[in-house]
Amino acid sequence: MPRLFLSPTNPKRAAVIEIQALTKYYGDRKAVGPLSFSIAKGEIVGLLGLNGAGKTTTLRILACDLLPSSGSVRVDGLDVVDNPDDVRARVGYLPDHPPLYDEMTVAEYLLFAAKIRGLSGAEARKRVDEVTSATALRSVRDDVISTLSHGFRQRVGIAQAIVHKPQLLVLDEPISGLDPVQIVEMRELVRNLRHEHTTLISSHFLSEISETCDRLLVLRDGEIVASGTEEELSTRLLEGGSIIVTVRGDGAHAKRLLSSIKGVRSVEVGDGAHRGGVTTLRIDAERDIREDACRTLVLADIGILELTRSERELESIFLTLARPEGRAENGARA
Amino acid sequence: MRNALLIAGRELRSYLRSPLGWIVASAMLLLDGLLFQVGAMGGAKLSAQVLADFFYYASGITMIGAIALSMRLIAHEREKGTLVLINTAPIRDWEIIGGKFIALFTFIVGVTLLTAYMPALIFVNGKVSVAHILVGYGGIVLLAAAAISIGLFASAFARTQVIAAVLGAAILGVMLLLWMAAKVADPPVSSFVLALALHHERQRAFMNGVLRLDNVVYYVAVTYFFLLAAIKTMEARRWR
Repeated sequence: MPRLFLSPTNPKRAAVIEIQALTKYYGDRKAVGPLSFSIAKGEIVGLLGLNGAGKTTTLRILACDLLPSSGSVRVDGLDVVDNPDDVRARVGYLPDHPPLYDEMTVAEYLLFAAKIRGLSGAEARKRVDEVTSATALRSVRDDVISTLSHGFRQRVGIAQAIVHKPQLLVLDEPISGLDPVQIVEMRELVRNLRHEHTTLISSHFLSEISETCDRLLVLRDGEIVASGTEEELSTRLLEGGSIIVTVRGDGAHAKRLLSSIKGVRSVEVGDGAHRGGVTTLRIDAERDIREDACRTLVLADIGILELTRSERELESIFLTLARPEGRAENGARA
Repeated sequence: MRNALLIAGRELRSYLRSPLGWIVASAMLLLDGLLFQVGAMGGAKLSAQVLADFFYYASGITMIGAIALSMRLIAHEREKGTLVLINTAPIRDWEIIGGKFIALFTFIVGVTLLTAYMPALIFVNGKVSVAHILVGYGGIVLLAAAAISIGLFASAFARTQVIAAVLGAAILGVMLLLWMAAKVADPPVSSFVLALALHHERQRAFMNGVLRLDNVVYYVAVTYFFLLAAIKTMEARRWR
C-alpha cells in the first residue's frame, strides 16, 4: 500500500498543533499511532479515514477529552497532559454529535458555553452576538434548541466551539447528515473561520472536505498513510485517471482530437450524450492530460463547457489509501 | 466557584423547564400531604408526636426524590453526549460535582420547604415549638444532602441512568438497613454498625426536635465522603 507525504507544514509559520509519536490504546487494542504531524497557524487541515481509522480518538486527545497512551501532543506549545486546562481554553471542539442542551434557547446555551470557557458576563454576551451573526443563527437565537433542524443544530455546535475565540478549532465530521444546501453553507462557514482559527476537520468522505481544506491527512489503522493537497495526492496516485469533458456540438470531432493526444487510452461518449447541443466525453488516460486536452480543443475552436477530473476518481484515491488491506481483499471476494 | 455556580444554575433551570422536575416535585408534595393527613394526623396523638411522624414520612419521601433526580446528574449527560461540553472546558472536577450537587440540593430543599404549611397546621388545634420544626427540617435537609451525594457518586460511576439508579438505591438501601444488621451483631460491632445507619437512630433525634452534634457531623461526613468519591470517579472517567 503506498504512503505519500507531500506539502509539509510551512516551517515559517508557527505550529499550533505538534504531535510526536502519539499512540492510544483501548485495553490491548491500538486505536491510534504511532502518529506524528503538525499544523501551522491559520491552516485548515482535513483528517480523512474510514470508520475506526482513529480520527475521533485523535481529535478527542487534542480536545483533552482523552488521555494519550504515549507520545507528545502540544497545542500552541502546551502539552495536553501537563496543561489540560490551558489547552482546553485554547481549543474549540465539536464532537460528531453536537453537545446541546435541548431545553435551552440558542442564546442561553451559547452564553453558558462562553462563560464556562472563562469569559466574563459582558464579554460572553458580546461574543454570543458575534458568533450568532458569523454562523447565521440570528433568526433562531431565541428558539429552544429542541425545535431546531439538524442543520441549525450543527451550526449551534460550531458556534459553541468558536464562542471563546479558540486558537484551534477541532470539528469531528461537521458535514455528516447535512443536505446538499446545508453542506454548501457549512463549507462556506468553515472557510470564513480560517481568518481567526486554525482548523482540523475530520470526515470519511474526501469530496466533503477536499474543497474546504488546504491540506489532507489520510489515516488508516491509526497511522497517517498520506498527506498533501488533493491535487498532489490525485496526481501522484492516479498518474492520469479519468477526466470528464463537456463540449458544444455532437462531440465526434472532439472525440477524434482527444483520442490523438499522447497517453490517452480511450475516449467514450458519456450517458445522455448530445443533450441540448452539448456532449459529455469521458477520457481515460495514463497521465494527466488536462492541459493538452484543453489546448487541443481550444485550437480546434470547440467550445469547452467543463473539464474536470472525475469525482469517482477522487474518491478512489481516498479508498486506495484509506482502506485496510484486509477489507480490500474481503471486498474483492464479495 | 464561579464555574460550579454556572453549572448549578443551568442544572436548576433544566429541572424547571423539563417535565421530570415538576413531576418529581408534585409527587413529593402529594405524598407528603397524603401521609401527613392519613399517617401523621390519624388517631389521637400529642402535637409533638404528629410533628415527629410528619418528619418521619417527609424524610423518606425526600430521600426517594433525591435518588430519583440524582441518577441523571452525570449519567444522563453522559448518555446524551452533553458531558463533552463540560469535559472539554477548563473546569475542575470538583466544580462539576459541586455545581451538580448545589443544583439538586437547592431543588430538593425548595420542594421540602413547600411542605411547611403542614407543621403550621398543627398550631390550629395544638401546640409545638418552632425550634422543634426547625430541627426536624434541619434533619431532613442533612439527610437530603447525604442521599444526593450517594446518588451523585452512583451517577458519576455508572454509564447509564438505569445503572446509576440501581447502584444509588442499593447503596442507600444498605445504609438504611444497617440498623437491622446491628441487631444480629454482637457488641462492639453492633454499636459501630448502628452508628453507620443512615436513618434509624440518626433521624429519630431530629424528628423529636433534639439537635445533637454527632448526628450533624455524621451527615456532613457521609455527604463529604460520597462527594469526594464522586469527584475522584469523575476525575478517573473524564481524563483517561
